[in-house]
Parts: sequence; C-alpha cells; structure tokens
Amino acid sequence: MSSTVISHDAAHHDSHGHHQESFLSKYIFSMDHKMIAKQFLITGIIMAVFAMVLSILFRIQLAWPDKEFPLLEVFLGKWAEGGRIKPDFFLSLVTIHGTIMVFFVLTAGLSGTFSNLLIPYQIGARDMASPLMNMLSYWSFLIACIVMVASFFIESGPASAGWTIYPPLSAVPTSISGSGLGQTLWLVSMTFFIVSQVMGGVNYISTILNMRTEGMDLWKMPLTIWALFLTAIVGLLSFPVLVSAVVLLIFDRSFGTSFYLSDLVVQGQILPNEGGSPILFQHLFWFLGHPEVYIVVMPALGLTSEVISTNSRKPIFGYHAMVYSLIGITVLSFIVWGHHMFVTGMNPFLGGVFMITTLIIAVPSAVKGFNYLATLWRGNIRFTPAMMFAIGLVSFFISGGLTGLFLGNATLDINLHDTYFVVAHFHLVMGSASIFGMLCGVYHWYPKMFGRMMNAKLGYLHFWLTFLGAYLVFFPMHFMGIDGVPRRYYAFTEFPFMEKWVSVNVLVTWAAIVAGLGQLAFIYNFFSSIWFGKKATQNPWNSNTLEWTTPVEHIHGNWPGEIPAVHRWPYDYSKPGAEQDFIPQTVPFSETMSSNMPHDFEGNEEAERIQEEWNAKNK
Amino acid sequence: MSFKLNNRFKSIMGFVLVVGLFFAVPTMASQDTVAVDTTTSVAAAADVVDSATTAAVTDTTVAAASSSPTVTAAKAAVEEVKEVDPQVYKNMIYYILLFLIICTVVAVIGKVISIYELTTKMNGKYNKLAGNNFQATLLLVFLVVFLYGVYWSYANHGAMAWRDAATEHGAEIDTMFIITTVITTLVLVLTHILLFVFSFKYRMREDKRAYYYPHNNTIEKIWTIVPAIVLTILVIFGFLTWRSITNVPEDLQKSAIQVEVLGEQFQWNVRYAGADGVIGKRNYKLTTPTNPYGIDFKDKTSWDDIQGSDIVLPVGKSVRFHIVSKDIIHSFYIPDFRVQINAVPGMTNYFQFTPTVTTEEMREKMNDPKYDFVMLCAKICGSGHYNMQKKVVVVSEEEYKEWLTTQNKYFSEDLQKEYANTPATEEVNKSASLN
Repeated sequence: MSSTVISHDAAHHDSHGHHQESFLSKYIFSMDHKMIAKQFLITGIIMAVFAMVLSILFRIQLAWPDKEFPLLEVFLGKWAEGGRIKPDFFLSLVTIHGTIMVFFVLTAGLSGTFSNLLIPYQIGARDMASPLMNMLSYWSFLIACIVMVASFFIESGPASAGWTIYPPLSAVPTSISGSGLGQTLWLVSMTFFIVSQVMGGVNYISTILNMRTEGMDLWKMPLTIWALFLTAIVGLLSFPVLVSAVVLLIFDRSFGTSFYLSDLVVQGQILPNEGGSPILFQHLFWFLGHPEVYIVVMPALGLTSEVISTNSRKPIFGYHAMVYSLIGITVLSFIVWGHHMFVTGMNPFLGGVFMITTLIIAVPSAVKGFNYLATLWRGNIRFTPAMMFAIGLVSFFISGGLTGLFLGNATLDINLHDTYFVVAHFHLVMGSASIFGMLCGVYHWYPKMFGRMMNAKLGYLHFWLTFLGAYLVFFPMHFMGIDGVPRRYYAFTEFPFMEKWVSVNVLVTWAAIVAGLGQLAFIYNFFSSIWFGKKATQNPWNSNTLEWTTPVEHIHGNWPGEIPAVHRWPYDYSKPGAEQDFIPQTVPFSETMSSNMPHDFEGNEEAERIQEEWNAKNK
Repeated sequence: MSFKLNNRFKSIMGFVLVVGLFFAVPTMASQDTVAVDTTTSVAAAADVVDSATTAAVTDTTVAAASSSPTVTAAKAAVEEVKEVDPQVYKNMIYYILLFLIICTVVAVIGKVISIYELTTKMNGKYNKLAGNNFQATLLLVFLVVFLYGVYWSYANHGAMAWRDAATEHGAEIDTMFIITTVITTLVLVLTHILLFVFSFKYRMREDKRAYYYPHNNTIEKIWTIVPAIVLTILVIFGFLTWRSITNVPEDLQKSAIQVEVLGEQFQWNVRYAGADGVIGKRNYKLTTPTNPYGIDFKDKTSWDDIQGSDIVLPVGKSVRFHIVSKDIIHSFYIPDFRVQINAVPGMTNYFQFTPTVTTEEMREKMNDPKYDFVMLCAKICGSGHYNMQKKVVVVSEEEYKEWLTTQNKYFSEDLQKEYANTPATEEVNKSASLN
C-alpha cells in the first residue's frame, strides 16, 4: 500500500519542483534511503580517518620506543608527556582504534551504507520498509560516534581495556585509568550503536522479504542483496546478546553486582564481589564477537561478487554455491565463538568441539575463493578502480583466511593466541578485506550515489598504495607472532628476544604512514568528485542490476514511473547470441530470443515451446 | 573536454594552496615562539601579552586534551610552548612541504598523462584499453614481487622467529605447525598465481567476449570436498593432540611437580608445593601486607610452600602448573615451551608439560650465552602489560633440588609469630567476613 502512495508522489516529482525540500529535510533529517546511505558513508569515512590516525600514533610508539616526539605533546598534552606516548594512552589508542574500525567503520560504514543504498535499488523498491526507523538508525549511530570520540576529552581518558573489554580490567576503575568514565562512555556509545544496528537490521530484512518488485524472486536477487540480507539476520540475532553483556557489565561497574567479578584483590584492595565469572562475559561477548566478523566481511564479499562479475563481463561462477556458502557461513558463525577462548580455561573438551565447527566454516569460505577465481577465468576483464579493489579483496581473503587454519586449530592456538599472529590474521582477512570491499563498493556505486564519476587515475594510485601498504604492514606481523610477541605491547624493549623486531617495526610503521597518506588520494578524490567529477551516465559500467535503470538525478521513489519488473537473473553477461555483452534484469526473454537457453525458462513448457519454434524458424 | 580538465587542474592547485595556507598557521606560531624565547629575558610586559596569544594558539589543543580547569591549562600551555623546541615545528613544516611537493609531482604526472592521452586522441591513435593493459601488467608484476616477498619473508623473518620447542608436547605442536604451513603456503602461492595470471591473461580485448560459464557442478563439488577432506585430517590430528595436552590422566597429574603461579599487576608470583608435594590453600580474603599472596596458613600443607624467585624446572620431569590471578585476567605464556593458559580470577587453570631442553643446552643451540626462557603476560592487563615477565630456567634434577633449598618459604618467621599469637582473632575475622 505504501508503495502506491509513494509512487503517486514520485510521479509528481517527475514534473519537477512540486514541493521544495528544505536543507534540513533533505540533508539532515532525511528519510530517503539514498541520502541516509550517504550519511552513513561519510560518517564512516570520517571515523575511519580518525581511527587510522590513532593507529599511526601507536605505530610511531612501536617503531621508535625510545625517541621523543615533542609534537605529540603539543597535541596530546599529558598523554604524551615529554613527547612519548604513555602506556595507558597506548592501550586507549589500541582500544578505540579497534572499536571504531570494527563497529563504526566496517559494520555501520560498510553494511549501513550499502544496505541503505542497494537494497531498495537492487530489489526494485521505492524506499525502505520504514524510512523513519531508517533515519533513527542513522541518528543513533551518529550519537554513538560522538559519544565514543567525546571520551578523548575527559580527564581519565578513553576506554583502554581492549576492544573486547574483558572484565575485570574493564570493570574495575582502579586497575587502569581508562576503566573509569571512559569505559562508561564506551558502553553508552555501544548501546546506541546496537540500537542503530537492530533498527537497521529489522528494516533491511523486512524490505528484502516484502518489497521486491514483480519477478524478483529470491533466486533472482544479486549476491549483494543476499549478502546484506544474511548479514542483517546475523546482526539481528547476535547484537542483542552484546547488549545483555554490556548491561550486565554496567551493573557490575555501577551497581555493585557480581556477574563477572569474583575473588579480586586489585591494587591491594580486597573487593567485595563474589561468585561471578569473567568467562561468562567472554562467552556473551564472543557470541556477538564472532558473528561480528562475518557481519563485517559478508557485505564486502557480496559487493565484490557483483563487481567482479560485472567487470569480468562474465556471470559469477556458481551463483547457487555462492548463496549456499553465504547461508552456511551465516549458520555456522553462531557456533564457532569458542575458538576465541581456547586458552581461557574453558573446558578443553568444549574447545575441541569449537575447533571442529571452526574448521568446517573454512569450507564455504574456500568455495567462495575458488568461485572468484573461476569467475575471472576466461573473462574479459576491465580494471576499473573498483575491480582492482575487488581483486585485492580476493587476495586478502585468501592470505588472511589461510592463517585461520592455524588459529582455528586449538593445538596451534596455544602458542599463537593473543600474539601478533592474530593481529596479522584478522587485519588481513577481516580488516583489509572488508575495507577493500567497502572501497570497491564506493568506487563502483559512486556514480549512483553522487551522479558523478570519481577520478580513475587517483583511484589506481590509492589502490596500489593501500594494497602494497597493507601487505607490508601485516605480513611481517605473522612472524612476530610465531616468535611469541604478544599483541598490545607498549614497547618491545623489555625482552631480549623481541629486540630484533624493532627494526621490522620501523618498516611496518613507515608502510603504515605511506599507506595512511595514500588515503588522502581517496579523500580528495571522493569529496572533490562530488562537485567536480565528470558527470555520470545512467549505466556507466554496463551493469545488469536494477539500480542502473534509475535516472542519474536522485528522485524520491527512485523510478519516475512504474517500478520495472524483473525477468532474469542479474548475471547475464556475455551471453552467446546476445547483441551486447550484458542483458539487464528488466529485459524480458521475448526480446532476447537469440540468446535464450533452455534452462532460462525454469521448466516453463509454454515458454520452451515458443523458443523452440523460434529456433526452428531462425536456423 | 579540455576546459573540464583544466578546471580540475585548477581545483587541484586550489586544494594544494588551501592546504598550504592551513598548515602555514603553525609556521607563524613557531616564529612567535622564537620571539618569546629570545625576549623573555627582557621580561617586558608586552612579552606576557605576546606569550599569552601564542599560548592561545596551542591552548585549544591542549585544553581539549585535558579537561582540567582552563586557567591551569593555559599556564601549562605556556610552559609547554616554552619547552617545545622551535626546530620541532620547523621539521613538521618541512615534512608537510615535502608531502605537498610529492602531491604536486603526482598531480603534474597525472596532468602529463592526461595531455598525452589527449594528443593521442587528437592523432587518432588512442587505445582505449591502454590503461587497462597497464593495470593488468602491474598486477602481474605484483605477483612476482609478492611471491618473492613471501619467499624472502619466510627465509628472513622466518629464521628470526623460529625456535624449536623445548617441551615434549611442543614438538608435536611444531610438527603440526609445519604441516599446516606447508599446506597453506602451497594454497597461497597457487591461488595467487591463478588470481593474477587470470587477471593478466583475460584482460579486456576489443574484439573478445567473455566465456559464458555460469556453473559447473562437478568442479564445485570437487573444490568443496577436497578442502573438506584436508580440513578433516587437520581437525582430527589437532583434536587428538589437543586432548593429549589438556587431558592428562589423574595419576600423572598427581605424580607431577606442582607449581602455582599467581598473576597480579604487573608481576608473577611463583609457589612451589614444598616437601609434601601439595600446594596449600589460598583465600583472597586473607590478603594482607604481610601475606600479599593470601595464603591460608591454617592449612598446614601451606607451611612448607616455597617462594620461587624464578621458575626453575628440572629437565625431563612433568610439571603441573596451577595458574591463578589475584586481580584481573593475565595470560601465562612461555613461547619456547608452546605453553599458554589464562590466569583468571576466581578459578584455577592447569597446564602440564615436560621440558626437554635445559637453559644451557638452549644457549649452546642458539649460540647466545645470555639466552633465557621467559614467561610473559599475553593478555592485556594494564599499563605494565608490556613488561610482566618471569625468568624460566631449566636445569638438571640435582641443580633443581639444590636451588629449591636456597629459596624462602612463604610461611616466614614473622608470619609464624603472627599466627602463633592470634589464632582466635583470625577465626573471628574469617567468620565475620564470611557473613
């Protein structure tokens, strides 16, 4: 019903200027999915830059632990007295870098942006199921961001117990200064963030299930939509568990309960808490925490599936297998969380079980990797910047995923747990791969978002700096981990066996700085192209999906007239017999008689008969 | 078209200019500071005003960083400004200028390429796919660099990182590690060769069309089943080894040397079971300045418990470690032994293993007379996390026994007196705290 109302509205818009939108309603309190997508994206980019600067700061400390940088004191004040970052603040930097990157950039910035942009566009809907809730989702996210950044402006400093905020460290303010007000703000921010995710998730799922256009059955949906759909389901089922963990932690911190605390003597002070267990928090946290890494990586995989297929001018290889492996990952992601806890003192037998489920999840991931390679095989590959980033993602997904075989194996994890090997592993498979998926999406759908093209040359420069930088930063870290260097170490100076790694750290830090500066190429390209980019055509990549049938200028309701019906799957690229090397989903089979194949008709006998007649006539 | 490009060039230069101006502000600030520094000796009233204004420049950042009252912040800022060597600002400006120059060079190169493309277009020699071919070639070059880099890193960093395990179970872990490394490296190299060779070989050609090949169930089944089989093998071996490490039979648990390790911010305490082979009870509520470990001395098995200055172990003997924490979570980690288990407050974790290499032997093997095994904390625990260590020494059995006699008992004479004098009050205290 709502769609008919909006369609009426949209028809009016077509004739231009019936009611003027104010600046506030268009850019700030917008309920339009396209604008909300842009809000998510730009907020995500700002947070990414912020978190990246934090990472450069702690990389500087790691590379030159004995050197003084008076400039740091100018900017950071008491946290870098004498130009050297303090250990407490180092942990804050690590904590907030992780939190922002995982939650604000790769969850909200990635799936928030592309769910909002692509779900209505690619399934053929006028807007989200609930535009108001969509707006609230963005605003809760923004509040979460502001609260998180605000924690840098308080006396005791931001949260510093690691992004996993394991109690008792995060629960007892006397154990580290960041566990005072900073940790409270962290928890408040995270609560807002989860509210945002839940509202967004409900919206994405209901939109995909209820508002697909005529002919768009589930097996005709692009893989992006499948990925975003399953991501939303994972998020909706796992984020509430984090809320419960967070709320119980707030109780422990502020109201004297003992859910996670027992037998504590902190700084000589015997605490009254009794009977709780820190392991309970770890179970609750990782019940979200592990699905979270799939929340982060699945949208990236969805976006790149689409981009690789479009730019190889070839259907994605094994569409059904791709969907089933996504479903497999979704289901399995809920029963593998224990692999983060092999050495926490969890019952070792349970550890063994989690190890089995963990290595099973590698199978669908491997299938996806192979399918990407098969898609490239005998393609006709066009290296747009988006395609470069998609290829980069495949590389990271493989190189980072393979080290998962070490960490998922409880026996090997004994020696690698909480070392730099873990840092290298997840930064490649989850960090770099997802960021590349996100950047790939930005380059590919930029014309759809802003109606202009980004500069391709700057895009290539950005790609190469980031790609090489990421490998130079993260590859050597594997070996530090094998040597036994634990993560979150403020300096490598206190142990003789670590001193040899300081020189490697200098290389890593320089690579990080150069790659970080390389992001300016993207920032400049992104923001200047909004105004000065080359005007985009309606379908610049010759793509099949529905979003490219909408006009370049954004209009409320997306399509000026009726929503187009869908007749075929989205991957009819380079079909033999077709005039062009792509056939949009909106083209009916009756217009492509020369390229139709028997299985296209899905057992529709009437259609097959007509095709056979045509074939006989045109032989 | 040419106008457009020109326009973009202008916008780039404009951006550079704006950025330059933006960073020019600190230049002035630094010059001001020089002025302040040189003239403070005169101590004229004008200087105070002057330094106040310079303070205001930096004040915004400093005040933002610390939420202390503005007055003190301003004062602090004045001091800090004086402390910072003006050379620092100059260096920063140089770096920024260097970066801007690089940006300009990049912009110029971009322009040159655009102009080159325009001329080829005018001459009618423009190859639409030249850029595409260039990127494809770069990907191929990357493949070579990547493979060589992987080899180089394995050879160099690998040699830096790898030391054979010095325990019985560690040797099994090492074997499994090497098997997994061989398999993953093979997959890494093969998939990357396919990825980049395909990218290069099937780059876009004008007259070509991609091969319409949506699926092939046989191939898909193969590459589902093969990884599944490989993973199953890894899982089975991993599971069996994991059980053998974590599931020690009860009689072996009891016959082992018992050592308790208590983690606290930011040190480790070691307690040997003593002559009776039993570690005495510990109750965190009994923690006092004289009994920081919280040992319950009413339990007589605790009387002979020995305080270890280091962790000293006899070679070839099974040792059962009881890992506990006094305050927050730590992680008991000995990289050379392939041993790690968390120290969690409120519960005891166990790790049993047998060292096979003495420190002396290890030193000879490493050709480093100062080499020591070390136990460190691997779970984030606060500001001293990066330096929470305990030396681990593996010696012969005789040396171990001799060393034990030189160590102090936890139940010191002072404590013995304390307990002899006040057994009754202690009882009351305990029942009170339980209530």
